[in-house]
This record gives sequence, structure tokens and C-alpha cells, in this order.
Amino acid sequence: MTSATLDEICVVALAEAFRGDGEILCNPIGLLPMCAGRLARATFAPELAYTDGVSVLAANTLPVGDPDADCVTEAYVPYRTMFDIVWSGKRHVVMGASQIDRFGNQNFAAIGDYARPKAQLLGMRGAPGNLINDTTSYWIPNHSTRVFVPEVDVVSGPGYDRMRDLGERASRFHEIRRVVTPLAALDFETTDHRMRLRSLHPGISVEQVVENTGFELVIPEDIPPSRLPTDEELRLLREVIDPHGLRKAEVS
Amino acid sequence: MTGERVPDKRMSEDEVVAELDSGMTIGIGGWGSRRKPMSLVRAILRSSLRDLTIVSYGGPDIGLLCATGQARKVVYGFVSLDTIPLEPHFRIARQSATVEAMELDEGAFYLGLLAAAHRVPFYPTRAGLGSDMLTHNPGLRTVTSPYDDGEELVAIPAMHLDAALLHMNRADAAGNGQFLGPDLYFDDLFAMAAEHTYMSCEKLVRTENLLDEGSVHTLRIPRISVDGVVEAPRGAHFTECPPDYDRDEAFQREYAATAKDGDAWKAFRARYLDAPSHDAYLEAVDGR
Repeated sequence: MTSATLDEICVVALAEAFRGDGEILCNPIGLLPMCAGRLARATFAPELAYTDGVSVLAANTLPVGDPDADCVTEAYVPYRTMFDIVWSGKRHVVMGASQIDRFGNQNFAAIGDYARPKAQLLGMRGAPGNLINDTTSYWIPNHSTRVFVPEVDVVSGPGYDRMRDLGERASRFHEIRRVVTPLAALDFETTDHRMRLRSLHPGISVEQVVENTGFELVIPEDIPPSRLPTDEELRLLREVIDPHGLRKAEVS
Repeated sequence: MTGERVPDKRMSEDEVVAELDSGMTIGIGGWGSRRKPMSLVRAILRSSLRDLTIVSYGGPDIGLLCATGQARKVVYGFVSLDTIPLEPHFRIARQSATVEAMELDEGAFYLGLLAAAHRVPFYPTRAGLGSDMLTHNPGLRTVTSPYDDGEELVAIPAMHLDAALLHMNRADAAGNGQFLGPDLYFDDLFAMAAEHTYMSCEKLVRTENLLDEGSVHTLRIPRISVDGVVEAPRGAHFTECPPDYDRDEAFQREYAATAKDGDAWKAFRARYLDAPSHDAYLEAVDGR
């Protein structure tokens, strides 16, 4: 097996976010996150349930980007059921972010003044309900100071400071598990839940991460390298989950 | 074997639009660029209706009504063309502030429809707390649980609709509707949340034939919530309407490209949207 490429390291870093989740709905949105969810279930987290994107849960490992693949259907989950699952809490979602701040406040709704945005983006979509009900992680393919900002323009997915202000009861289901970028994996495992550098991808320095982050990160003394994919993970990824390498387009 | 005598609710698109008034709040079923009642939407585009409030899991319905300036306000969780993630005509309307926006969490949106359908003033949810959904919708209120937990929740107000427009795969003349695709979306709630509901369908069938193509589980729009039925083959074009047809991606791209080019939009409008009937529209689509 040839050595792992950056996209594959990102997939594994994101798959690791699902470790220990148990029998819940794994709901990564976006192509590289879908690779990560499918890889986690095909390896160390077989109890995860998985969406195929079109109203059913698939019991088998499907290749990404192939709507004609043979799906072993194990449940019917139309959008209405999906919202019920979101609120019932047995779900870990991976979303993107056009902006994110040090407490994990996420914006993919609009850039600029909300009343007349410079750029209308996705809108609130499911972010407000996702964050306050389910475990959430983020895949951010563009690790830059334009995305990692001191303050987001619109909070679609609330972060830890806003949750703290709401109090313990309202925030009891809120968890931002992981943020993965092409430079590093980050988390909020600090006393005040500020974003922390968790691991560095091969060949990336702390300075590179700091330079491309528009706020002060918590930098531990010892920063482990991001885990490399095993041979079996590489085989699954390259031959079963994403044989056409579609994931590569998401890593700049 | 035939059913008892039931009402015949067949109408044309233009007859549906004649029932609508400017200033109304109109809900539109479907989801993004999926199973949208496009022949009914185009009948609105041809009409003099204006100052509309559009409530929708938004796709080209919202984009088109923004582009013609007939939507004064839009209520949505997202506005997307699916394969084109951001609806370009809607974006322009937002970025030039020509339309008022009420943006909700997409699950909270469902609760607004549910509350209207159930005739209660609101449904509570945790969704929205801590996010700017509340900041930017100052009309949204919270409510405190009357039970021992005392939890504060967002009260999503009932989204009452003056009219709802839906598109189904099959229907009978009495207004029983059937979806044969993967998801009903929230069309039954749109129907129940509305004062009047108008439903187009790919094909009208006799009541006794409603189970020919799908199980009883697909008969999700009962006639008690439907006022008018329009037979419109390919009535959801260019959005998808499985299993009858997929999205017309080439046409959707053509539509999306008109957002950046005023002349292209004028030509698109003249060629397709101004076609005087659904049949004339299909002729223009097939003739391109």
C-alpha cells in the first residue's frame, strides 16, 4: 500500500471523531465527511447507523457518489423522521463552516450584515437544532484566517460561550467534538472550552496552524501527530468507499 | 367496484391562481429542487399577484418569485437547487434586500407547519436557543415550561397559510393525493396548515386505481384537506419527481445562469415563463 495522502489523513482524523459514539445515527454532510463516517463504521465503530442521503439507512458500506450502488436498506428515514432523530439526540452530525470562532460558533448562513448580506450562503439550515441537540463535528477544507475568525458574522450553530450563557439545562446535549482541517485536528477539551490544537497532520508545523487561525488557539506543550491510516483503512477507502478518489477534490 | 359519489375538484392552473389574492401567505410543498408544483408557480408568475409571503423548503419556487418581484417576504430554512447548493435568484434578492426574510432552523420550520395544522399557537423546541435565529427574528418568543423543569424553549409560531400548493405523483378527482417517490417531505402539513390547498399531479387516476402503483402508505394526502386538483404531467419540471422523472439538470443550469445576466433572464422569461399554459411551456422546453 502506498503511503497515505493528506485527504486520507483528514478522513481518518474525522472518522476518529465517531469513536465511542455507540449505536447512533452517523450523519456526516459532504463528501469527505461521508468517507469518514463510512470508514469508521466499516472498521472500529460497526454499531453506527448510517444514512445514504436519500431517505433510508444503509446497512452495507456504499461507495460515495454512486447513486446506483446496491443498498441494503435497514430503515426508512424521510426528512420528518430525521428531525425527530435530531431532537431525540441519537445522532452525530458533521457540517461545514464558512466562519468559526474560538468557542466554536459556526456561520454558514450569510457573510456581512444579515439584513443585506454581502453573500447569502446556506441559511440556518439545521445548524441551530443540530448544535443544541446532537454531537457536532466540523470539516473545514479551507483552514485560513478568513474562516477561523475572531467573530463570526452570523451564528447559525452556537458555540460553547453562548451555551454557557444559556445555562446547564439548555446546554446539556451540546457537544462540539472535533474540527478537522487539512492542517490539523482541533477540539474544545479545555477548561473554558476554547478551541485547542489536538493533533498535527504530517509535515505541518504549529506555526502554520497559528498563522492560518485568526484567533488565539490553546496550544498544549505536547502535540501528537494525527494518526496515520492503517493498511486496511487505506484499502477500504481506495477500493470500496471512494474508488474514484472524489474526496481528493475537497483538500486544497 | 366504485367509490361513493365524491366531489370533482378538477381545475386548471389559471383557475387556481384566480382563487389567490395579492398579499396572501402561500405555502409551497416539496423540498429544494424536488417535487415542486412548478406549473402552479408559473401560473402565479404569469399573474398580477404581488406582495406575497412565500413559506417553503425553498428551491426554484422562491427563486422565481423573488426574480419577478412578486414575493415580498420569504419564510424558509434554506433555499437550494440541490445540485446547485445556493439558489442564485434568491441570493440576489437577499443581497440587494429586495425581499424580507424569515430564516428558521429547518426542523423548527416543520414545527411551525405542525402548529398551524394542529391549530395551536406554537410548538416548543430547543432549536434556535443560542443561535442568531432568535437575534434576527425578533418576533420569535421563548416560553417557559410549566412543569418542574422550568426549561426555557423557543415557541415556534404557527405558520398559517392562506393557500398551499403541492405536486403529487398521482391523485384522483376528489383530491386524494399519492406520493410515489422517496419522501413525502411536509406536504401533508402544508395542506393542513392552509385555508385552501391546491394540488397538481402527474396523472389523475380513478379512486379505485390509487393502489395500482403504490402501497396504502403512499396515500398521504386525504381529500378533506384539498380544494382543487390540477392534472399536470411533468408539472414539477425542472425539479425532480421520482419515479416519474429526474431533475432536468441542463434546464436547471440554464435557469441558474440567468441570475447573473439580465438579458438572459429576459429571454428565459419570455421563452419559458411567459408561455401561456403548461402545455405551451412543455413545448418550449422540448423545442430547445
